[in-house]
Amino acid sequence: MMQTMILTIILAPLFGAIISGAFGRVIGRVGAHCITILGMIVSFVFAVMVFHQIVILGMLGINVNLYSWVMSGGFQFNVGFLIDNLSAVMMVVVTFVSLLVHVYSIGYMRGDAGYQRFFSYISLFTFAMLMLVTANNFFQLFFGWEGVGLVSYLLIGFWFDRESANFGSLKAFIVNRLGDFGFILGIGAVLTFFGTVDFSQVFIQAPQLVASGLTVNILGHESWSIVTVICILLFIGAMGKSAQMPLHIWLPESMEGPTPISALIHAATMVTAGVYMLARLSPLYELSASALSFILIIGATTALFTGILGVVQNDIKRVVAYSTLSQLGYMVAAMGASAFTAGIFHLVTHAAFKALLFLSAGSVIIAMHHEQDMRKMGGLRRYLPVTYICFLIGALALAAIPPFSGFYSKDAIILAVKNSTIDGAGYAYVALLLGAFVTALYIFRAFFMTFHTKEKMDSYARANLHEDTWVVWLPLILLAIPAVLIGVILAKPMLYEANGLLGNAVVNTPSHYLGVWTMALDSLTSLPFWFAIAGIFTAWLAYIQYPNIPEFFMKHFRWLNVVLVKKYGFDDFNQWFFVNGTRQLGHILYKFADLRIIDDGFVGGTTKMVRWCSLALKRMQTGYLYHYVLAMIVGVIAFVLWQVLVG
Amino acid sequence: MTNFPLLSTLIWLPILGSVVLLLIGHRSVMTVKWLAMIISIVSLLLCVPLWCGFDTSTASYQFTEFASWIPSYNINYALGVDGISILMVALTTLTTFVILLASWNSNQHNIAQFFATFLLAQGMMIGVFAATDTILFYLFWEAMLIPVYLNLGMWGKEHRVAASIKYFIYTFTGSALMLIAILYLGYNAKSFEMTDLWTLKISHDLQDLIFIAFALAFIVKIPMWPFHTWLPDVHSESPSGGSVVVAALMLKLGVYGFLRFNLPITPDISSFLIWGMIILSLIAIVYIGIIAIVQTDMKRLIAYSSIAHMGFAVLGAFMIYIIIANTGNAQIAYLSLEGALMQMFSHSFSTGALFIGVALLSDRLNSSMIKDYSGLAHKLPLFAVLMMIFALSNVGLPGTSGFVGEFMIILSSFKANFWVTFIAASTLVIGASYTLWMYKRVFFGQVTSEKVQNIRPLYKTETASLVILAILVLFFGVYPEPLLSVSHTSVANLLAQALAVKTI
Repeated sequence: MMQTMILTIILAPLFGAIISGAFGRVIGRVGAHCITILGMIVSFVFAVMVFHQIVILGMLGINVNLYSWVMSGGFQFNVGFLIDNLSAVMMVVVTFVSLLVHVYSIGYMRGDAGYQRFFSYISLFTFAMLMLVTANNFFQLFFGWEGVGLVSYLLIGFWFDRESANFGSLKAFIVNRLGDFGFILGIGAVLTFFGTVDFSQVFIQAPQLVASGLTVNILGHESWSIVTVICILLFIGAMGKSAQMPLHIWLPESMEGPTPISALIHAATMVTAGVYMLARLSPLYELSASALSFILIIGATTALFTGILGVVQNDIKRVVAYSTLSQLGYMVAAMGASAFTAGIFHLVTHAAFKALLFLSAGSVIIAMHHEQDMRKMGGLRRYLPVTYICFLIGALALAAIPPFSGFYSKDAIILAVKNSTIDGAGYAYVALLLGAFVTALYIFRAFFMTFHTKEKMDSYARANLHEDTWVVWLPLILLAIPAVLIGVILAKPMLYEANGLLGNAVVNTPSHYLGVWTMALDSLTSLPFWFAIAGIFTAWLAYIQYPNIPEFFMKHFRWLNVVLVKKYGFDDFNQWFFVNGTRQLGHILYKFADLRIIDDGFVGGTTKMVRWCSLALKRMQTGYLYHYVLAMIVGVIAFVLWQVLVG
Repeated sequence: MTNFPLLSTLIWLPILGSVVLLLIGHRSVMTVKWLAMIISIVSLLLCVPLWCGFDTSTASYQFTEFASWIPSYNINYALGVDGISILMVALTTLTTFVILLASWNSNQHNIAQFFATFLLAQGMMIGVFAATDTILFYLFWEAMLIPVYLNLGMWGKEHRVAASIKYFIYTFTGSALMLIAILYLGYNAKSFEMTDLWTLKISHDLQDLIFIAFALAFIVKIPMWPFHTWLPDVHSESPSGGSVVVAALMLKLGVYGFLRFNLPITPDISSFLIWGMIILSLIAIVYIGIIAIVQTDMKRLIAYSSIAHMGFAVLGAFMIYIIIANTGNAQIAYLSLEGALMQMFSHSFSTGALFIGVALLSDRLNSSMIKDYSGLAHKLPLFAVLMMIFALSNVGLPGTSGFVGEFMIILSSFKANFWVTFIAASTLVIGASYTLWMYKRVFFGQVTSEKVQNIRPLYKTETASLVILAILVLFFGVYPEPLLSVSHTSVANLLAQALAVKTI
């Protein structure tokens, strides 16, 4: 029964994707969105039912193999499902956001020539993401992992006649592949050391492997614990997918895709795959303090430094994109501090409020006729009241103001990092605390620039400003509700119950529960809260009260602005070193080594030598009898001389 | 029915068919085409009883045929297939069918002769895979050059003559050494039967020499660095169809040769030679991959990509020695070897399909230069989707057949040697770079040239050929087990042979 339901959840979106992709022209635009949305509704309803059975009723999860993909040498690579609390939660999040994005896209993609293709892609994405979160082994995890990467590539480059979109999509795919490079090495290590890629088997064997003290030498004579190596290699994959520094560079460019995609893929689901993986493999990660330390530092660094970049962006979508990077950093840092439940909690709340922010931004963009520059907006609250409220809710949740959802999850993360004792925890705590200030600053800067201040759009745009139809604003409201409430509702079962919402799917050490309202009140005396308030106040000061403050900074701290606008130089360096460097190397290898040395030198040289020899031989065949006689006489004399002298 | 000479029919039907084609070449074009197609379809259907009647539980040769040929030297007309060669036989008939389908509307001159070369190639190729007598093997191996040489020399592009001569002399020279090795082995074994050669005891030093003699022939064929420069030339000059034969079938002969001769006959070679093969494979993956990035001609780019992918197959075949030496785990070695077989098999689909696609384009615009194309997805959307599937298989994305072999090979080598795995896995990035960058420039963007704007749509037969390949790519990506289950026992036997001590 359960198995059928899981299959339906996963296959319904695939079915919709195939139908609207292959028969898009036959079923038309309405047919395409009806069939895919129908598939998503089925998926969502079943996901809720599974959630109800597993999490609420506490039924046992399942771990079954569907079929063997490859059986070779005693190894098995299966397609199968592991359904426990974690995957049940993830399935609900994925199908819920995906469903709303499908509905929203009816409005956003209206009039686009690739309408059916778009719906096919987003359903295909949902399928791949569901494969990922239900995987019971590394092989299937990798399948879903690459699958979501593929659809992300296709969707960033959705408008394929735009050069910037094609550039962004290629960059996203290749940077993600860099991460997968580490990931596949990690799977190789798992397979060859554990002899299986099955999660449950690996978790059982892992403590023995640690106890055996097995190490590998990778660089020189320094030996590494094998579990640490596995954890770090797998984490490199997560760094690519969840856009952690220095592999974060693809996410800002991913904004070239349509806005619903940014909400679905590049905020709520795909980019959280890395975080999900860390939680799923928490029994493994718990065995390696060095790997956790590494994760904590990377996560905290990403949280702070990408957040700072959000402050100088003028494109409304890019602000939200940098905010995603920064929030992913928080989640990863939570994993590093072993606060797996807090990280997943933040994943859930973030999915709600970030999708809300993106779709609100999208609503602004539709109203502004696809203008995304905030410097050309201002005062929109009068024209877009629903969007205004929704964006504000999203911003408050993001800035972690109690009692909005983001507060509970982010506060738990910062607290966990504060109490953590592993290497780098002190640095991480400071970075996350400063990050709280930066987060509030950039999101309220965007909020004020867009909805308050003077109206800066032209008169034509102003005359046409209005809220779009229900398919656009209804998903906003449906997302605003969880963005406000989900924190209050889930805080206790997520964080403070030994066998709570996530059950025993992740490693969990609950602390004493105080009650949601006490938590909110307590926060008034805690540092993160005041850092966030300071951020909002600064934004208000600089963009409403004294609008010349930013100019002052621009003038006197020019270098800082340059560094930030250049995004710390990552892009330039990569372009120069990796892209051009590889191309130059390719040219040298091709022109010099391949064509000059091998082809002209060896291959051509051989033929030249043969030709030279045959020319020399040809000269001897003159056809004149006296030449031959002469040669004979010389030969005879030489022979006689040799006999006489030697013999 | 049980005594029906299935393999002989598969070999000689297309060869005789090609003779008939030449004889009736003056008749109407349709008669000629249909005759060729019918022969191809019959061959394909003959593979069904072959596949169904195959016993997967034994590694010995099946469907054997035997006739004495030169009794004084114990040379025989001996045929048979095992779990490895049956895959290749099926692949050959299938590929020929797809090629004929794709070339159905080809406007080549002398269409009868053109189609005859493909049938001839099919017959010879099946001969190579089905021969169990090594002299017979050698005969087909060399005869194989003729149809490809003719195809390239007659219907190729501007510099076809130079390319065809380069191709012929290059591969012929390599094979000469193989003949010497076969003669030496046969003389000592008093038999040229393949399985008799496997049981021969040879001294350590001689094994090295024999290994080198065979390896040179196969390295040229695959081809591997630094003997690879003939391949891009051949591909860029080949007519449509011709490059598919070369890429999808002929290159496989090299890896097949390694599996048939080097691994079982000379398993005790020095580690210097083993590492030499592994380093050459890694060079193929990295060096050739980086060269592929800067290619401006699609055919050359795919040719280089093809070399890189074959490097993977060779890597998987030779890593078994390192795996056994460093981990002692025969299961992992098995995974690696089977990965090599999968890589060799699946490479045919994606590379073959990419060559068909490029050939269709260059038939239309008379150019395969990347810069002459842009925004093709606007004009030929279905073609763009199909080519995307093949590009993704070339990139090795899970769910496509290109992923299977690469995944098995990369995974299996981790414990034995981290750095080999590391370098091999770099294909994830390099492969994605050259394939998708090419795809981006050809299919995405805006239509900029008049020629692309007015490009002729695909014929139904052309679409059909690509659709068939796309289905196979996806099917074997999602469910490769049918291929593996056929070859399991034979791979196990091969591994046992390759790990046995055969010194005197």
